[in-house]
Amino acid sequence: MRVRLRVNGAERQVDVEPRVTLLDALREVIGLTGTKKGCDRGECGACTVHVNGRRIDACMTLAVMHEGDEITTIEGLDHPVQRAFLEHDAFQCGFCTPGQLMSAAACLAEGHTGSDAEIREWMSGNTCRCAAYPHIVAAVREVAGRA
Amino acid sequence: MATSIEEKPDFKWIGKSIRRVEDPRYLVGRGGYIGDIKLPGMLYTAVLRSPFAHARIGSIDTGEALEVPGVVAVFTGQDCKEKMNPCANFGPPTITQYPLAVDKVRYCGEAVVAVVAESRYAAEDGVEAVEVDFEPLDPVVDPIAAIGPGAPVLHEEHGNNLAYERIFEFGEVDDAFREADVVVEDKLHWGRSSGMPLDTCGAVARPALNGSLEVYCNSLNFNFFIWLVAAALKLPSNKFTVIPVPAGGSFGSKFFAHKVPTLAGFLALQTGRPVAYIEDRLDHITNSDHHGSDRYYDVRMGLKSDGTITALDVDVVDDYGAYLQFGVGTHGNSLSQAVGPYRLKNLRYRLRAALTNKCQQGAYRGFGSEVQNWVLERMVDKAARQLGMGPEEIRRHNFIQPDEFPYKIPTGNIYDSGNYPAVLQRAIEMLDLDKWRTEQERARKEGRHIGIGVVTTQERSVFSSTEFWFWFDKPAFPLTSSPESVTLTIDPTGEFQVQMHSQAMWGNSPETVAAMLVAEEFGVDPYKVNVSYADSAHSLPGTGPGGSRFTVMIAGAVRGASKRLRAKLFKIAAHELEASEDDLEIVEGVVRVKGVPDKSRSLAELASTAYFFALNLPEGVESGLEESCTYDHPYTTLPSDDRKDLGVFYPFMGHACHIAVIEIDAETGTHKFLDYVAVHDAGTVVNPKTLAGHVTGGAAQGIGSAMYEELVYDEDGQFKCSTFMDYLIPTAMEVPEFKLGHVETPSPYTEFGIKGGGEGGRMVAPAAISAAIDDALSDYGVRITQLPIKPSEILRQIETGTQS
Ligand code: FES
Ligand code: FES
Repeated sequence: MRVRLRVNGAERQVDVEPRVTLLDALREVIGLTGTKKGCDRGECGACTVHVNGRRIDACMTLAVMHEGDEITTIEGLDHPVQRAFLEHDAFQCGFCTPGQLMSAAACLAEGHTGSDAEIREWMSGNTCRCAAYPHIVAAVREVAGRA
Repeated sequence: MATSIEEKPDFKWIGKSIRRVEDPRYLVGRGGYIGDIKLPGMLYTAVLRSPFAHARIGSIDTGEALEVPGVVAVFTGQDCKEKMNPCANFGPPTITQYPLAVDKVRYCGEAVVAVVAESRYAAEDGVEAVEVDFEPLDPVVDPIAAIGPGAPVLHEEHGNNLAYERIFEFGEVDDAFREADVVVEDKLHWGRSSGMPLDTCGAVARPALNGSLEVYCNSLNFNFFIWLVAAALKLPSNKFTVIPVPAGGSFGSKFFAHKVPTLAGFLALQTGRPVAYIEDRLDHITNSDHHGSDRYYDVRMGLKSDGTITALDVDVVDDYGAYLQFGVGTHGNSLSQAVGPYRLKNLRYRLRAALTNKCQQGAYRGFGSEVQNWVLERMVDKAARQLGMGPEEIRRHNFIQPDEFPYKIPTGNIYDSGNYPAVLQRAIEMLDLDKWRTEQERARKEGRHIGIGVVTTQERSVFSSTEFWFWFDKPAFPLTSSPESVTLTIDPTGEFQVQMHSQAMWGNSPETVAAMLVAEEFGVDPYKVNVSYADSAHSLPGTGPGGSRFTVMIAGAVRGASKRLRAKLFKIAAHELEASEDDLEIVEGVVRVKGVPDKSRSLAELASTAYFFALNLPEGVESGLEESCTYDHPYTTLPSDDRKDLGVFYPFMGHACHIAVIEIDAETGTHKFLDYVAVHDAGTVVNPKTLAGHVTGGAAQGIGSAMYEELVYDEDGQFKCSTFMDYLIPTAMEVPEFKLGHVETPSPYTEFGIKGGGEGGRMVAPAAISAAIDDALSDYGVRITQLPIKPSEILRQIETGTQS
């Protein structure tokens, strides 16, 4: 099936079977490998992207459901939280980082940053096996202006 | 985060918290992991896995699968048996393994059939279409039953399920128990968890020129063992090249992870095309090379009435699962620090390695020594309770003292340096222990249950290879090398290039460490140093990361290569400046005559001479500026023939004290962290920022192993936790803020005095958490004897007043 997506501001036509996930369409068909696959079942957040400004797990949705949607991946992200991650050493192996950053940017936009506990809760869908959590929280806190 | 790491004034870079040189690529999704590699014409693999714990494989019908659009080929264990040798194996030769099961499956999830197709989707369709006749056999799941009479045998050729047994005895154990005033005993169980990185193991293999095979893979330590994988594939080792790919975390799970590259290599050789085999989560969780330790202990500890520990008797059955690929090295780790930080002289250690119908066991952060830490601390706590001593009191009383180093422990291993009382004191002060004890009393009056767990454990680093074989009286291959190499180049324009030889980035900060060390040696900007990784066809001897060895070993290799490179630079500069080499110094990237700063040459000028002006070089100096160094383990000795002394095999001994403050809800059995202090001694700290990451990450994984994570098999051997909904990795909600501190006792044996610290908090946290829960619920007599600690177990003990 043909589907038209707007990915990071550019129009992309892809030809995929109906069962192909948005994640696989991004990684395998379009070739944007920044978005990661950690579980392929909505349990780790490594595949987080923005669809029409909202964060979702790209492994849990099919590409063909996104005709005309505006999709932002890590390759298209330009957000102060990226610098904050750098300053706060908010990663080790970096595998979860694209998902963490997409989630963090959305978490900030949503305003779920009133307290560390709130940040932790609203970032809890993004697993970091290296457990950089305290540093991720610090980075989000800083961008939220409560440093 | 509160951190009280002091920066060292005497180095320019070492000891500075600089941000990592690796970092920028992660912010834009350019980590370059195995799943991101796509070669022209590449095929994809999906694997059919055994639904049974134990079964004979009958007929396999692949006909329909081959009809599925996109499917290119289908392979079974029989194909492997006919066309390759068994996989690399450090266990008994009677326990053989192929990447696809031959004749029998021995655990739920074992690989049976591989389907290779034009896409992963088509490959999975192919798997669906394969028919396998399994004849189920009785499984054996309990390791104690497995080594008892009448159990179903996993490997007929081996004859029984006891893969290995040995008793080591050091000192006069029976006498010590006879003379002990107090003997405490316990049964303890450390449950099975694993590294479980978000990035699974993967490999992309491609047939290359001259009949050789190139394999991109994220396995670590490939260089050390690569010839074993080549041998399995029936390739001469010079026709098999591994190209290391960054790993999205390992934590042990990629330590010479060979099943994936071996299978990918086999499939590529058979199809003649590039083949990717990337584990999906199910592949990894059920069939990884490395589930972690799964140990059942009977332990006794003997003490004098004043609290002096005199003897320890450990009898452990370790559930290794269906294969013994890595031998029993995880117990070598236990023996390296078997007596912890205590002056304990008499030790018996009996190990039985059981085979059961579960996935094989391998490495997980700590490599088995973290389990020994937990067991020892559990026993010290039990003894303290019985003797009416405080946790810090009994520990202080037994500590090896700062003036006793180097200290030889009963197993023969040496502890290089340490200051255990100082580490404990630092932790007590950082936490304000008295304040929390007062708060605990106050809360108790309100019916709240706060517990404080104080533990002090070792954190051994940098293994020697003798620990793999001192288990055997007549080892087949008594290896004594475990080197690490570095190649250091100054290019024609004066820029630095460091090449490493045994892995790619895996979550540590190898590039930052190497760049900082080069910066230290030459006074250049670490962010300008480029770091790359050699493939196995171009690599020097290397062992790879593991056992917290990499920073120490790389430091040694960088230092050695730097010395050589500096000598060459000085020769060239002396010639150009008409000065003596002895009068030269290197300051901020400039070679100059001491005391005459304007008599100097920049590195770029010297490099230009070295590469382009051979006629300007001094007599006997070759063109170019590249030097390598292979750094051998700086302190290894052989075990004695009678194995009464295992030699020195893990001498750079870190240490840590964790104090956890936990509140337990006695109604629900759930917990909350109120405070947590972790003070570590990893010798000279290279980069406090990255070390803090490891202590934190390790402690979080320790929390996982202690309270959430368990790879569960039911009594039929069915695997009960194949997703992250069942296998519970701590999230941001479960990991508290840690207050981190550091004490530095430099190692006298390593360059710069560095000790390893990569395994970090996982060596300590389970013991601290167990102690805190006991303390919180001391009114109920609760004692934690098995991990993970479940709320249901806490409630059971509260309700029944009995321990498990
Ligand atoms: S890969 Fe999508 S949530 Fe894990
Ligand atoms: S940085 Fe490794 S998983 Fe998060």
